[in-house]
Amino acid sequence: MRFDTEFRRPQNAERALAALRELVRETGPIRLMEICGTHTMAIAKAGLRALLPEGLELISGPGCPVCVTPAGAIDWILRLSERPDVILASYGDLLRVPGSVRGDSLLRRRSLGAQVRTVYSPVEALALAAEHPDREVVFLGVGFETTAPGTAACLLEARERGLRNFSVLSLLKRTEPALRALVEAPDFAVDGFLCPGHVAAVTGAQAFAFLPREYRLPAVVAGFEPGDLLCAICRLADMVRRGEPALENEYTRVVTQEGNPAALAAIGCVFTPAAAVWRGLGEIPESGLAPGDAFSPWDAAKKFSFPAGSSAVETPGCRCGAVIRGVARPAECPLFGSVCTPADPVGPCMVSGEGACAAAYRYRNL
Amino acid sequence: MEERITLDYGSGGLRTAELIDRLLVPAFRSEPLAALGDGAVLENRSAPLVFSTDSFVVTPWRFPGGDIGKLAVCGTVNDVCMAGGEPRYLSLSLVIEEGFLLRDLEEIVRSIAREAERAGVSVVTGDTKVVERGKGDGIYLNTSGIGFLRAPGLSRAAIRPGDAVLLSGSAGCHGAAVLMARGELPCEGELLSDCRPLHELSAAVLAAGGVRILRDPTRGGVATTLNEFVEGSGLCIELEEDAVPIDAPVAAACDLLGLDPLYSACEGRLLAIVDPAHAEAALEALRRTEGGEGAAVIGRVTQSRPGCVVLRTALGGARILGKLTGAQLPRIC
Repeated sequence: MRFDTEFRRPQNAERALAALRELVRETGPIRLMEICGTHTMAIAKAGLRALLPEGLELISGPGCPVCVTPAGAIDWILRLSERPDVILASYGDLLRVPGSVRGDSLLRRRSLGAQVRTVYSPVEALALAAEHPDREVVFLGVGFETTAPGTAACLLEARERGLRNFSVLSLLKRTEPALRALVEAPDFAVDGFLCPGHVAAVTGAQAFAFLPREYRLPAVVAGFEPGDLLCAICRLADMVRRGEPALENEYTRVVTQEGNPAALAAIGCVFTPAAAVWRGLGEIPESGLAPGDAFSPWDAAKKFSFPAGSSAVETPGCRCGAVIRGVARPAECPLFGSVCTPADPVGPCMVSGEGACAAAYRYRNL
Repeated sequence: MEERITLDYGSGGLRTAELIDRLLVPAFRSEPLAALGDGAVLENRSAPLVFSTDSFVVTPWRFPGGDIGKLAVCGTVNDVCMAGGEPRYLSLSLVIEEGFLLRDLEEIVRSIAREAERAGVSVVTGDTKVVERGKGDGIYLNTSGIGFLRAPGLSRAAIRPGDAVLLSGSAGCHGAAVLMARGELPCEGELLSDCRPLHELSAAVLAAGGVRILRDPTRGGVATTLNEFVEGSGLCIELEEDAVPIDAPVAAACDLLGLDPLYSACEGRLLAIVDPAHAEAALEALRRTEGGEGAAVIGRVTQSRPGCVVLRTALGGARILGKLTGAQLPRIC
């Protein structure tokens, strides 16, 4: 089967949509949240929102790793970029994110002479460190359980090769503690979760079993083609209708119950859960991944003394925090589309290609 | 020891003369160039002239399906063609970084000569500069092109509701091929740049009649170029996602990196807005011409959402296709 085309055909979509209309007629208004930036983009790209029945609302949660990185962390990275002995290696998305000063970003710093390299993988950052033994190469590790294994593998390799001029600033986040914080917040109003297929490929589908078990919330692990998404949405709506929340795995062609043991072992070996600050959600215990003591020499937070708790600064006027929690739609932010656009972003949700605001702006539905 | 370009080659002295006499003049076999004057004297056919210029900084300079030399000819030739001109003359400026391999320069010059001959243009004037090591990145080229105007009146203002939108082949090949060449894709495959001169394709589609405007969708891709057609006008372009030709390797490569092929550059495709009465003939003309075999009608001009490009998705949804913001990929041409 050709996944890139078969899952994008409209033949089955009409049937699924008809079924959804029936379901929503019975349940009344439903709010479902996706918590993965790739889902956000896939939904927008397929023009899915315009096809869904009235009463069914899709909300983008804290699924974009760049978007949940607090402004304070960006400020710290910008300060680090001023050091002439430092080369920063970063995924491209992070380059445009402004810190607490509007317009100040790694992209701007680079034009002023800072050494900032775009990489697709931490392995490239490791290679940079080997090439430049006289410089400190700092990899900016953002992401969830998806990018954590690769980052862990690099730290393991750096230790094995004794690459002392390489370090990782871990801004890595864990999905479960953030979801719990979101669900337990007083303004939480979501009826079910589209769970991230990529995260689940690493953690296993069972990592989301706490949603129905402890919070009576339906959860479906979903793939990224429009067909996957429609199918998962139908299954969520049906669970809402029946009042029988459970965890289902729609993305069985990739995701198993237990996940990827090698990836999980690498994470476990290198990182320990630590408190982390999320934009919009604040500090959440155990929601980050910090390199363990054995990896202190490669931990940029220790090497360059990352100040704890300095990360709460938000950009004035920007409602990214509320957008990330799903309590405000992008268009409800006063800056959206006027002051804040992808070409001149204020908040991270507009910067990252996977941000809810960027998706809403770029793929405006008709 | 392999010979490398040194600062002497850009001195204007003996080495520069050697480069011109031994490499450039023999490669281009052009009378005005061989005269080695400060400028070229060109024949005048008393037709209005089309004049265009472009600089080329692509990295790496060699990529699947082409190199910076081929690109430097096609880029400017195509701009002249899209403006309704028949390209005739090119200038060529080389900015070379000290240490560049002479063998690589020879390869690039051969590629320029081959492509110029294919496109029917003569390189009639040029310049060579060498910058210190670390002050350039291998090689940069600039070409300017002059052509005789063959199709006057091509313009945005000529576009009418009901017009057909034609694309001469798969979207996004060049951008994806350059990415591949940078080793940024964890896969290999039959992914070649579409880089080619458009003189035959543009002549073919113009001969079919009814052409309102021509453009080659380079940086920013098909989506951005279409936006430029209707921006600020009372017209809308509606695209059918299913109708836009996208080669499978391009689609797969873009999917992997989260790029949209509609924003990935082409260097050998043309977009034509055509009077609907001529659309069928224009499509046939493109398909009969080398490099246009994969041409398709990808959408039409309407008035439904003035100033916008709207994409009807395969799933039955619709969304607005904006202009590219930021650089999807730096230095692809």
